[in-house]
Amino acid sequence: MSEGVQARPQTSSLAMLRTLGGIAMISGFLVVLVFQWTKPIIAENKRIAIEKAVFRVVPNAVSRRDFILAPEGLSPVGKKAKGETVYAAYNAKGELQGVALETVATGYQDVIRILYGYDPQCECVTGIKVLKMTETPGLGDKIAYDPDFLKNFHGLDGKLSADKSGLAHPIAAVKHGSKSEPWQIDSISGATISSKAIGRMINASGQRMFPLIQRYLSGFRPPVTVAAQGGEPPGSDLQ
Amino acid sequence: MALTSKPIEIRTSPHIRKAISVAQIMRNVVYALLPICAWSVYKFGLSALLLLLTTTVACALSESLFCWLSGRNNTVRDFSVIITGLLLGLTLPPGFPLWMAAVAGFMAIGLGKALFGGLGYNVMNPALVGRAFVQAAFPVAITTWTPAFVPGRFSEAIPSTLTTPFMTPPDATVWIQALAIDGFTGATPLALQKFEHISASTIDLLTGVLAGSAGESSALLVFLCGLYLALRGMMDWRIPAAVFTGTILTSLPFYLVSPEIYPSPQFMILSGGLMLGAMFMASDMVGSPLTPRGIWLYGFSIGFLTVMIRLFGGLTEGVMYAILIGNVLTPLIDSVTQPRVYGARRQEERP
Amino acid sequence: MTTVLHKQEQVTLDTFLRGIWEENPVFVMLLGMCPVLAVTNSTLNAIAMGLATLFVLVASGTLVSLLRKMIPREVRIATYIIIIATFVTMVDYTIQAISLDLYNSLGAFIQLIVVNCVILGRAEAYASRQRVGAAVVNALGMGVGFTLALLCLGTVRELLGAGTILGYPIFSPNFEPWVVMILPPGGFFVLGGWLLLFEWIKQRRERRTLQAQGATAHGS
Repeated sequence: MSEGVQARPQTSSLAMLRTLGGIAMISGFLVVLVFQWTKPIIAENKRIAIEKAVFRVVPNAVSRRDFILAPEGLSPVGKKAKGETVYAAYNAKGELQGVALETVATGYQDVIRILYGYDPQCECVTGIKVLKMTETPGLGDKIAYDPDFLKNFHGLDGKLSADKSGLAHPIAAVKHGSKSEPWQIDSISGATISSKAIGRMINASGQRMFPLIQRYLSGFRPPVTVAAQGGEPPGSDLQ
Repeated sequence: MALTSKPIEIRTSPHIRKAISVAQIMRNVVYALLPICAWSVYKFGLSALLLLLTTTVACALSESLFCWLSGRNNTVRDFSVIITGLLLGLTLPPGFPLWMAAVAGFMAIGLGKALFGGLGYNVMNPALVGRAFVQAAFPVAITTWTPAFVPGRFSEAIPSTLTTPFMTPPDATVWIQALAIDGFTGATPLALQKFEHISASTIDLLTGVLAGSAGESSALLVFLCGLYLALRGMMDWRIPAAVFTGTILTSLPFYLVSPEIYPSPQFMILSGGLMLGAMFMASDMVGSPLTPRGIWLYGFSIGFLTVMIRLFGGLTEGVMYAILIGNVLTPLIDSVTQPRVYGARRQEERP
Repeated sequence: MTTVLHKQEQVTLDTFLRGIWEENPVFVMLLGMCPVLAVTNSTLNAIAMGLATLFVLVASGTLVSLLRKMIPREVRIATYIIIIATFVTMVDYTIQAISLDLYNSLGAFIQLIVVNCVILGRAEAYASRQRVGAAVVNALGMGVGFTLALLCLGTVRELLGAGTILGYPIFSPNFEPWVVMILPPGGFFVLGGWLLLFEWIKQRRERRTLQAQGATAHGS
């Protein structure tokens, strides 16, 4: 065997460079070709996914516009501003119906990511949609589809405190069957940890974001032409 | 007629006539388990009886099946499979559907024992393997607890017990509400402690009048039964002792720092399946280490892991996984705690 | 450029069938276990993953075989990886374009096809030594074998773990799903079960052949 290796003629560096370069060229060409071809389709898919989620958590919404919200102010997506992306949703007349926000917390197994709607008019949460989770099927994953649990979020109280710096009552999940206040979430029996995670994440996000939304409420102007929905690039990777 | 029926046997010492056989030890363990079973049947009625019978029969049948498949002698008669069945039944909730219990029994023997080559070769405690499987497969059914001392429990089974095979058990809450027992929440003392920080009283835990699995009955009774085995020399007393020490040493600092959040060490020992686990499962001869130092290390780690899972894990009860991890650690513990051969030098002293 | 000559294989039906049964990448060679265990929790995921792997396998096999005379030994692994990565990236974009839901449920395992040892193994052991025809047929066989194996796991796991196949309920609505089957341990259980079954079939077949040979030997 060793003789065979010695007998092999030395490959020139040029040959190696040529091959690797050539392959890299072909590779680049193919990848760019597919990327260009799928780019508009993927963008469209992502837009549909975001809209489906946003319109589910904000009732009566038909169009949306993305904003960056930070303590310093509100700016439309696209400008270089730091902060959290929020999705403002409008009805057919172009009136603000609510704002959809993303939030995360650690559940039973891994992080749970949800999108939830906030209605600045009634100062309440209007609905949630679980974007990503790995909770136990049949137990913890009920947070995504259990109708009794999801009912908690139709009008969950998120009123601001008197000094407008946070929530008047912290949102929290309570034991199954013991919900007594409009800002409490009735946990799923047997899935206390997952339910509490939802309560915790909405509370954390609400304490921070609801005052900001109220402060910059006038800035949530609808898109210039309500009909032109497809024109804007997707604000974030909402999956 | 023949003068003697037996030939005269001439041997050198020792003149021990009879060694304790495996079947003998196992039979005594079964005797020790019977009072616990009786108490849990008294406590939960017909359902507990059916559950224990189902797991035992399922284990015995699976054992016969695997022995037949692998062409070995049937080992049902050595009683070890009866122990597995009874222990498995004792760790399940009393209203556990019987078909799921049969699945657990099959998995306990198939996955926990037969796969490794039968009695003496199993790495983990078979009963706990079976329970771990159904815990993962049917997380709802295995966390549905029903109250103890229900009137009429001897004439009628808990509705979920007689679920048609492969079907979802009926919702237990309806049945519990119909009983109208005040204050029953379907939560075990451990769950109450974890989520509500309410510790059950020591007396209640000792006598075992609370909700829980069929075998999480009376800690006192389990202790006495274990004591019987230890006194007869059929169980190494150091294993439960090490588990208790590990539990106390791990939970005490937390309790001393903030007693309103963390449970007391005596609650830790008496609640849940720790007593049963320490006395009858951790002390399983096959899955525990052989060296004296190893035994203490093994017990400590089980106690430590139990407390850690109970306090910081997602589950309310950690004994099962703690013992399984302990079982798996056993070969490692054995190899690092090998005693030095007399006269041999330590490794580092070698040139 | 490479002077080592390998026996060129004639393309026969066996070239294709080997990958499905005799040298099945999952059940016989136990290669590429990461996607096998991770994404077979539903039939749809298994099919998608199998097809994606099949495409990468065939495409990279073709290219490697076409270029086999031009690739110097010293940089062959780097070249193969570039080729495989190219096709994986193409698959990645295509799946995103087809369905974002599918893309999300497959997660990182699409990108991880790059390091699937079935593909690199085929490129190194077969495609780099054989003519294009044989390489394509062999890669097709391997890919189909891989897809079938994934399907075997995916169907059983979805059936037991959710009571459905491709999302359609199979049992009565009261069926109690065995949750563990769609969790990671279920992958190991079902894979073990299939391996047990195939090994049993294989041993029984060997015993029968042996008996048949013994009988003829006695007869003659």
